[in-house]
Amino acid sequence: MSGSLSALFDHVSAVGEGNAGMSPMLQAPVILVGWPRRQGVLVSVLWLSTLDFLFGAKHVLQGHQALQRQSLLDMSLIKLQLCHMLVEPNLCRSVLIANTVRQIQEEMTHDGSWHMVTEAFCGTGQSPSERLVATEVLCRSREQDAEPKLFSVISYEGCREEEVVADETLCSVSVSDTVSNVCLAGRMGQCWEKSELSGVERDEEALEDSREDEEVDTEDGASTEGPKTIGQVFGTFEIKNGSPGPDSALEELFSDVDTSYYDLDTMLTGMQSAPKMGPYDLLDSLAPSHSSPSIVSTPNCRSDLNELDHIMEIIVGS
Amino acid sequence: MMAGVGGGNDFQWCFSQVKGAIDEDVAEADIISTVEFNYSGELLATGDKGGRVVIFQREQESKNRQVSRGEYNVYSTFQSHEPEFDYLKSLEIEEKINKIRWLPQQNAAHFLLSANDKTIKLWKISERDKRAEGYNLKDEDGRLRDPFRITTLRVPVLMPMDLMVEASPRRIFANAHTYHINSISVNSDYETYLSADDLRINLWHLEITDRSFNIVDIKPANMEELTEVITAAECHPHQCNVFVYSSSKGTIRLCDMRAAALCDRHSKFFEEPEDPSSRSFFSEIISSISDVKFSHSGRYMMTRDYLSVKVWDLNMENRPVETYQVHEYLRSKLCSLYENDCIFDKFECCWNGSDSAIMTGSYNNFFRMFDRNTRRDITLEASRENSKPRAMLKPRKVCTGGKRKKDEISVDSLDFNKKILHTAWHPKENVIAVAATNNLYIFQDKMN
Repeated sequence: MSGSLSALFDHVSAVGEGNAGMSPMLQAPVILVGWPRRQGVLVSVLWLSTLDFLFGAKHVLQGHQALQRQSLLDMSLIKLQLCHMLVEPNLCRSVLIANTVRQIQEEMTHDGSWHMVTEAFCGTGQSPSERLVATEVLCRSREQDAEPKLFSVISYEGCREEEVVADETLCSVSVSDTVSNVCLAGRMGQCWEKSELSGVERDEEALEDSREDEEVDTEDGASTEGPKTIGQVFGTFEIKNGSPGPDSALEELFSDVDTSYYDLDTMLTGMQSAPKMGPYDLLDSLAPSHSSPSIVSTPNCRSDLNELDHIMEIIVGS
Repeated sequence: MMAGVGGGNDFQWCFSQVKGAIDEDVAEADIISTVEFNYSGELLATGDKGGRVVIFQREQESKNRQVSRGEYNVYSTFQSHEPEFDYLKSLEIEEKINKIRWLPQQNAAHFLLSANDKTIKLWKISERDKRAEGYNLKDEDGRLRDPFRITTLRVPVLMPMDLMVEASPRRIFANAHTYHINSISVNSDYETYLSADDLRINLWHLEITDRSFNIVDIKPANMEELTEVITAAECHPHQCNVFVYSSSKGTIRLCDMRAAALCDRHSKFFEEPEDPSSRSFFSEIISSISDVKFSHSGRYMMTRDYLSVKVWDLNMENRPVETYQVHEYLRSKLCSLYENDCIFDKFECCWNGSDSAIMTGSYNNFFRMFDRNTRRDITLEASRENSKPRAMLKPRKVCTGGKRKKDEISVDSLDFNKKILHTAWHPKENVIAVAATNNLYIFQDKMN
């Protein structure tokens, strides 16, 4: 398990429970030697050490727990995002991750730290719903991309190779880890450096106008953003098998299948819950935050958007 | 040295056979996804990710070799399921065989059900070892003879031929599952069977493919409210009206089909109260039940969650009667296991023929056996290193902390890519089949 993000936190929290003080500081650089890309984590660990020095053991413990919880939340959201796969994702796994996310959100709401997180989200120019909506768009754009390609059962195997490669790039550990680290660092940076927020808040309004259309379309009126978006993720499971396979050998077997299986209600629900914005709309809405120099965002936030850009490019295939 | 487990006698487990490629590079399609003995134990079926089914048959026991019993040799191989493409969702339907269940043998042929994510097929496996020769109307090579040229009549004679095993699909049960099928179970009436996906359970008649009865439906009206899915289901071995299904929240519901057509209301609800001291963000995930199996007697059932195996008495709903820890040392690693998705691995479990022992898999190609009577447990490894014929398996031990002893392996050295998810125990004898990625290991006992 060496080299994994969670291993660090397992270790740090374990140490924190004992005598906090200087030991995390001494240990941390040793662990980070093999992690050239995880600068965000380095920042956070150094920050923790400073906290350590300033606030003493009890606060460090709480800081560790909050950090653990935050990293778990990020990890879970990333996992929910990886639905642009060739094969239908596992519903059981998605439900369990979604429940974990809900649990964390509930606890953070109790603690009052959820408020801080939402502020941080606003600070980076994306509200939690938009962030999760963005993931839904990533899922949908994959489907929209695939639809025009009508494979016959015989020939699609040739095409499958390419798509699998693209998906492996998306799903590969390095990409997701980078994204998660950048997100973590970005949000972490926002959490701890509250002074940044005031600078970014004024730009939130500028972004809000351009995103208003999409927000209206995607909001179902649900009270919390988490379940609504989770519903959208589950929405991909709604569409039932419409037509039997094109395989001529099986066609006769399907000819007398009872069509009452095809539940139009669920199919329509699945269609309606699809967000109206396409992949390019998302890029457009992010563009101002990219190019405009008047927007103050942390370097971590910008690389965050760069990552999103990168992922979009892969999906769109440009 | 701990003695072997199972059957009440003191015996040791020995290596018998291993099937599959030796290469380090494992082809994805060769990964075994299900293992199942038939009712007599004569046949052993495996399904893989490539949609193929391989059936092994036990050779007749030879009298002079007393140490090891008959070996399993390939009997039939066929492509059960092909990959499909769901055009409406633009998603692939995997050909991976999720489950195989044998039907009890009623004539010379063998029947089994195999299921992928969406479709169940009934396969007939039959032998042909004779061929008719001496037809009047056609030649030996099949060409039709000119009827006017036939001057004498003869009676065709059955001549022996090389054994040919044919597998043919007799029924295809399709288009009844929106979600991924996780279980199939043949009913004790031998006429019906159930199939379960994440949200629904259907009851089929083996003869009828164009319709099935939906007997459980836990899909919420609003998918946003979905918090629980069905993870496994099984018919009771003797009572054809009773079945159970497990959920991702660690609960088991027993239903009686006589009570209502739609069994959304359970007859019994099995759940162990949570230990508040061990609560964490991962509590729900590790409580999710990956497999449920009735004992052969029908009195008990066994459930497998991520860290433990529990035996339940069907007459007691509030807690299991026995709990066995499979790999408790992983409890402190749950965050890492969540990160690499191992926490979602679905391990299966199985009973021995007499219900005195249970077996389940773990990581690093370890598998565990628990003797219910003596309360002894043993950890064994399926590896090529221990693959000498009739070599005795050495018990393995995982070191949880402190000083590591000589033969122990530390938790951090465990290979989490080598997982044993599927195991099967011969219905009558102490012979077990263990699927380790793309290899199938067969072990048997050596009577002392």
